[in-house]
Amino acid sequence: MSKVNGLPISISGITKCYGNLYALDHIDLEIKQGEFLTLLGPSGSGKTTLLMALAGFTRPDHGSIKFGNEEVVLKAPHQRGVGMMFQNYALFPHMNVAQNIGYPLRLRKINKPEIAERVNQALETVQLTGFGDRRVNQLSGGQRQRVALARAIVFGPRILLMDEPLSALDKNLREKMQIELRHLHEKLGMTTVYVTHDQREALTMSDRIVVINNGKLMQCATPRDLYDYPANKFVAEFIGESAFLKVVHQGDDIYFNGQKLLVEAQPESQQDSLLMIRPERLMVMVDGQNAENANIFNVTVSEIVYQGETKIIYVLLNNGETISMRLSTRSGQPQNNINVGDQIKLVLHKSDTTIVEDGGY
Amino acid sequence: MTTSTLVHVNEKELKTYASKERRALLGLTSPALLVILIVMVIPVGWLFYLSFIGSDGNFSLEHYQRMLDSKSYARIFLTTFKVSLLTTAICILIGYPLAYFLSQLPARVANICMLSVLLPFWTSLLVRTYSWLVLLQRKGIVNQVGMDFGFWDEPLKLVHNLSGTLVGMVHIMLPFLILPLYASMKSIPQDYIKASSNLGATPTQSFWQIFFPLSMPGLLAGSLIVFILSLGFFVTPAVLGGGKVIMVAMQITNNIELFFDWGAASALGVVLLVMTFVILFVASKLMRLDNVLGGGH
Repeated sequence: MSKVNGLPISISGITKCYGNLYALDHIDLEIKQGEFLTLLGPSGSGKTTLLMALAGFTRPDHGSIKFGNEEVVLKAPHQRGVGMMFQNYALFPHMNVAQNIGYPLRLRKINKPEIAERVNQALETVQLTGFGDRRVNQLSGGQRQRVALARAIVFGPRILLMDEPLSALDKNLREKMQIELRHLHEKLGMTTVYVTHDQREALTMSDRIVVINNGKLMQCATPRDLYDYPANKFVAEFIGESAFLKVVHQGDDIYFNGQKLLVEAQPESQQDSLLMIRPERLMVMVDGQNAENANIFNVTVSEIVYQGETKIIYVLLNNGETISMRLSTRSGQPQNNINVGDQIKLVLHKSDTTIVEDGGY
Repeated sequence: MTTSTLVHVNEKELKTYASKERRALLGLTSPALLVILIVMVIPVGWLFYLSFIGSDGNFSLEHYQRMLDSKSYARIFLTTFKVSLLTTAICILIGYPLAYFLSQLPARVANICMLSVLLPFWTSLLVRTYSWLVLLQRKGIVNQVGMDFGFWDEPLKLVHNLSGTLVGMVHIMLPFLILPLYASMKSIPQDYIKASSNLGATPTQSFWQIFFPLSMPGLLAGSLIVFILSLGFFVTPAVLGGGKVIMVAMQITNNIELFFDWGAASALGVVLLVMTFVILFVASKLMRLDNVLGGGH
């Protein structure tokens, strides 16, 4: 299948109320041409509602959605020409695989030989060559997922929407499909909007991630920026693990528990500030280590949990709070000798010392 | 360790449990089986036997021979099939849109509307049939209203004929079509319709290419129930047909009440039963075919 020109999507002021509840609260979002953008949020956050508004299944109360320069918010779903993968695949049980994939082409009145050819190409693209005659209920979950993908892309849509398409697959297959979908997106080039509640999936696949909560757009950033510089506590908590410690401002200085913190970037607001600590960003200070440009915490080890590739070390801070640290289980490291009850020093690099605002709920 | 030395711990006890459970299951089902034997198998077997006993008390095929010879029997069977087919067809025409409408409503509203389908279903069949007689007669409400509004000038003959019979039968049979059809429509996920419209199908195309084929199992099941029940119908054609619409069940009554001819009545019953079985068999083949095509879910 050949590469298409993705269409940029421009969303502005999209709002949808159910009674008093805002499912979407004035969402503004620019999705770039050919971008892989993920809508991430807990269940009930509004991410699926936004996707359904793009597909035309949810009618917003007001707002504008443009595909390219074309306003589509008033258009019916069948006039929008976007590909979509449904969570449960929605393959038609009374059609075989080839008929399912050929259905959008039949609707477009394309002649039979060309339909057959394009169906075969689509099957090849999703690595299901020769499966055309199979019935849908003879397929495994992973194969159904591929058929659904083939059906969504066979008519060359310039926008592809996906609603948690991998959630029904087991972990190994899911991770394999994440990479495959990513490659397919690079190959075909359509603008892709992907909905998931799985933060790891979002980090793996996306060019940019949009975090949504309570119908509000929390943050839109690259995976790396989202992880390293979350806009607020909600985003920080939703993506990855972290501990939050109350800090106070004195002028431009920030103090935790009486200790002045070295930070790379000053927070935008001085209200309700929290120090975010990612467990894997903490290090154990070894003798003679140069700890310039780093914050050092004196702690007591309270518990060690072995988890295979890593172990979690729970430590007690001076102020009585417990935070956790994630360490590799590789042999031959000085930190392997740590035991419960030991007094150790932890190092947090200046650029890993992030101050976030409490909020976002 | 070799296999011969493996000890099968608790094997005997576990087997005893299994057979105990089987005996308990048999014990629980036996009352129902007994009832079926007494009220179904024995009487039907007895009818079957009677149909082969001639007027002289010996084995004879005379009842079946008469059915083949006499034109009136052929006409009765023809009428029976015609009335049943027409009833089924009209039920489909009225019931399908109604079931579709109900299936698209939110559950609360649909339940209330369903009640209006079921309420007449729970009232006496005889009462409903006689009500139609009152409504449709020469000076009944329907004729009155029709003439008052000037739709027609002379009272129409609405009852004591085929149309009157059909009105009554459709009214009584409709729930039998709607209930299985509604259940089957409810089981069609909304996502299929969303998917088809996303792929470019207009609402009309979505309906005929996706929804309708997927509702076929329910439509077939409902139609079959209506058709088979109609084949054996008695009260409604007897009251609303005015003697002009004679179906098999009515001929059976005539044979017994007028001619005291149990043999002839039994033969009719057996033929009707066999026909019903044949239809069921053919329909089950059809439905399985439908399953093969993927319509069943």
